[in-house]
Amino acid sequence: MAIKASELNTAAVELHGISKRFGQPARRPFGRRTVKKEKLALDQVSMHVDTGRITGILGANGSGKSTLIRILATLMTPDAGTASVFGYDVVTQPDDVRRHINRVSVEASFFKEMSPWENMLYAARLYGSGGKGTRARVEGMLERLGLPLDTLDKPMKQLSRGQQQKIAIARSFLTSPSLLLMDEPTTGLDPRSKREVQELVRTIRRDRAATVLLCTHDLEEAEVLCDHVLVLDQGRVLAEGTPAELIHAHAGEVGGSLEDAFMKLTGKRLEEDEEAKDE
Amino acid sequence: MIGNSLRWELNAFVGFIERQKNLYRRYWLWEAVWLLYNLVSVLSIGYLAAGLSTLGLEPGQANLHQTQLYLLVGALLWTYLSLVFFEIAFAITWERWEGTIEYTFMAPIKRLTHLLGMSAASLIYGIARTAAIGFALIFFFNLDLSHANWLTALAIFAAATLPLLGLGIFTSVLPLLSPEKGEQMAFAVQGVLLLISGVYYPISVLPAPLHVVGILSPLTYTLSGVREALLHGLSLAGALPDIAILLLMGVILVPASVWCFNRAEVRAKRLGLLKRSG
Repeated sequence: MAIKASELNTAAVELHGISKRFGQPARRPFGRRTVKKEKLALDQVSMHVDTGRITGILGANGSGKSTLIRILATLMTPDAGTASVFGYDVVTQPDDVRRHINRVSVEASFFKEMSPWENMLYAARLYGSGGKGTRARVEGMLERLGLPLDTLDKPMKQLSRGQQQKIAIARSFLTSPSLLLMDEPTTGLDPRSKREVQELVRTIRRDRAATVLLCTHDLEEAEVLCDHVLVLDQGRVLAEGTPAELIHAHAGEVGGSLEDAFMKLTGKRLEEDEEAKDE
Repeated sequence: MIGNSLRWELNAFVGFIERQKNLYRRYWLWEAVWLLYNLVSVLSIGYLAAGLSTLGLEPGQANLHQTQLYLLVGALLWTYLSLVFFEIAFAITWERWEGTIEYTFMAPIKRLTHLLGMSAASLIYGIARTAAIGFALIFFFNLDLSHANWLTALAIFAAATLPLLGLGIFTSVLPLLSPEKGEQMAFAVQGVLLLISGVYYPISVLPAPLHVVGILSPLTYTLSGVREALLHGLSLAGALPDIAILLLMGVILVPASVWCFNRAEVRAKRLGLLKRSG
């Protein structure tokens, strides 16, 4: 859905003091009863995202990135604070928020037996289209994404992970969102697919004037793609600025990288976190 | 403005029916297996009635032909009612299993549209599958439906749709409340409905507490009404009390179940339960 002129002057995203806590059931070591172990996923997070920019949220696993995205996608309600998308409150005006957003998540949210076309037609219907001309639009998108047209009618489960992720992005294009929430869209992709998806993100901003909120733990990706970056750790925003500003302020030496800045801020490397997760 | 909103919701409503049609088509082998399973179950009930005479029951003690018809109508209706109930009640479980639940819940549509779209698809599919089994029965049994009042049966069948949707939506709330145990609870509800609704016997044979619960089940009125219409030619006027009860139950159950669903959705979003798959 296109943004109204009045919304152009509004911040794409505004967060004030957002907190979210989960009570996780845990088993006692030598008993059958369960106790509640609480986890603070977001701790008083405030942020501002300008319209038309790519804003990156950097953080390790469990830093609160996905919780933040879910709150903005109206899939979760915060315990405290306020969050708005183009001026619409995510809790009290979810319908207005939903008309402006779409989300590409790390796992492909598709009906696996259905084909890309059937999945995209379903998405189009939910977002007010799906009539004549939809098939031609979808085919055009697939061509732009470098996907062979014969993939359109195969079951999703027969496509590679890279192809599925491209279809997920194409599906989000189909609904013309003003704000695209991307939750680790390149995780698990081979280098070539990763580059192609990154190119697509650039295209979205260039051709569609959409705002992109990109959650990633790929620091190179953030450095290359993002206009503005926030570093999130244990549910708190540690720093924000352009990649160059963060490198300058926190990398500590000439020729430093965003990874150096991230390490300095959080005291950890994202690769270590990934390795720990794999183990 | 209202016209645009209505068009938007209607488009999404069609989208749910279209999606279910595609899913049934893509899972055609499973659907064929379920159709066969249902057909075999109904046939087994029919042959059970036919075999009663060989178990020592004298023809004079019971009208075996009527008994067979009584059981077959119950089995066929249960096939339909349980299928529609299952499809609606497991709508959330199904989406969680596919991994699409967040995508659907994030869509800019009313939850009522979502639930009614799913329900409409279930009803269409349920009628088609039950009709296929019904036609098959004609070839296996010598059914005497000469006394049947089809108009009355159809009217009761239509009136039963509303409370059936309400029950299904109520049960679909369970997986939203508890991702770990909701699915099992939904199966349990389906089992209880089979026991208390008089699918294979009049509910008068049940112990008093179950009899009372049976009186509260809309399926009881559907089964007894349709049976009376098909076996004894119950007139439309005679069926009006049952139709009124069913409509009243529907008028209460549908809004109440949608309200419950909305409350459960709010709770799931507060506790972060939408994503969890078990």
